[in-house]
Amino acid sequence: MVALAADAVYTLATAPNLKWDQVWTWLFRPFILGGIVVTIELTVLAMVIGIVLGVVLAVMRLSPNPVMSWVSWLYIWFFRGTPVLVQIFFWYNLNAVLPHVGLIIPGTDVGWQTGTNSLISAFIAATLGLGLNEAAYMAEIVRAGIISVEHGQTEAAQALGMNRLLVMRRIILPQAMRVIIPPTGNETISMLKTTSLAVIAAVPELFTRSQQVSNVYFTVIEMAIVASIWYLAMTSVLTVGQYYIERYFARGTLRELPPTPLQRFRRLLFTFHAPPPDVPLSIPPGRR
Amino acid sequence: MVEAEAVHKSFGRLEVLRGIDLEVQPKEVMCVIGPSGSGKSTFLRCINHLEKIDAGRLSVDGELVGYRQRGDKLYELPDREVCQKRSEIGMVFQHFNLFPHMTALENLIEAPMRVKRASRSTAVAYASALLDRVGLADKTNAYPKQLSGGQQQRVAIARALAMNPKLMLFDEPTSALDPELVGEVLDVMRRLAADGMTMIVVTHEMGFAREVGDTLVFMDGGVIVEAGKPREVLANPQQERTRLFLSKVL
Repeated sequence: MVALAADAVYTLATAPNLKWDQVWTWLFRPFILGGIVVTIELTVLAMVIGIVLGVVLAVMRLSPNPVMSWVSWLYIWFFRGTPVLVQIFFWYNLNAVLPHVGLIIPGTDVGWQTGTNSLISAFIAATLGLGLNEAAYMAEIVRAGIISVEHGQTEAAQALGMNRLLVMRRIILPQAMRVIIPPTGNETISMLKTTSLAVIAAVPELFTRSQQVSNVYFTVIEMAIVASIWYLAMTSVLTVGQYYIERYFARGTLRELPPTPLQRFRRLLFTFHAPPPDVPLSIPPGRR
Repeated sequence: MVEAEAVHKSFGRLEVLRGIDLEVQPKEVMCVIGPSGSGKSTFLRCINHLEKIDAGRLSVDGELVGYRQRGDKLYELPDREVCQKRSEIGMVFQHFNLFPHMTALENLIEAPMRVKRASRSTAVAYASALLDRVGLADKTNAYPKQLSGGQQQRVAIARALAMNPKLMLFDEPTSALDPELVGEVLDVMRRLAADGMTMIVVTHEMGFAREVGDTLVFMDGGVIVEAGKPREVLANPQQERTRLFLSKVL
């Protein structure tokens, strides 16, 4: 399998029509680097919207108030049930049916109003589409985290006189984080790549820009490789970040925190020359 | 301090409490015993409104728990007022329920700071004194996972005391402990009783009930079968059901 994969990579890498010099030329061009900045901005904003709204939706979903719970259910049903590409497309083209948006006090013309296109730029359309969609997924992740916390914790906090919000914020959510963080890391990595869907709104992010380059120079695969290298680099950084965040929220659940990669590396250096442990290799009698 | 009149509670079709009447005086230590499923824990949880009662009246320190009377109807109190009432009643659980993401000290100062709006320095000073009182001054910065069961339960008692409660409820505080750790928790409770705390203790520790309790209540099937001075009830039970239960546990 490994040999087969290596062969496939080798064949592709040495394909005569693949212009590697084009890859190296464009990899660090400011035009592409600018796209990376937009990609990061989109990812961060969409995830912030997703996490904040997701927590609110999850708490609403678990609320004893049926209206709250129902509104949250409806939101998740709708935004999880339609493709994110369609949602970005929807926000981007909203001005076709609603040329003006604003807040007007009914019966008067007091208020504020603006053209839909000036309010929802391509960037905002993509942010909204990605963020509102993400919130529906985050709501379910956060809800799973909240449910995972033992009920005794709520009771202990209530018995001390803490109100519902305080119990949630100080006692339940911090403990739920341990369950919430790993899938959220996943979602962030996934979001980083999903931002490429913003190409439909011509947002100048990494993929849109590499496409634009390839349209001019006919270097489709080359630019796809450029984009892939950067996406891989960014997801690698996120993976490391996730490890440290998980470690932080594990405090109190383990007697001793696991070593960081750096600590592990150091330990490896220090024990590298140590003689092998003196353990007899005989099989105990009766277990042959 | 606590007055119960015909308290009823059902979970679905299961009637767990079928008319509980009792009275606890200030500084009294009442021990509640009975077979599992007798409703003793449920009754304890009704006292701080962790469970809502279905019928009857239950008041702590002269005020109804969780309800307000207007005319001859009872209205449920808003969350804020229920919280206020709960903050005056300390509770200790069978499984400790310490907050695992906080150190012992943080467990103790959380509610005083967030609920009573005490300053950090005041809360820390009082919490340190309490940890010292339960013999855990050296465990201030330990997380619950790093403590033994007995130590965790002593932190849990200190956490409840940090709110300066008028009344302490103990729900089988030693049932989840290894036998050799039971003593240290009972010692703390014994000293608390000697200091004049009003306590209701659901327990299987007959020795503790005999020595420390002012009253002993035997519950079975959601009713109080027998109540009286612990020594008399334990030595000379009047009811057949009490006799049967005691013959199995003593």
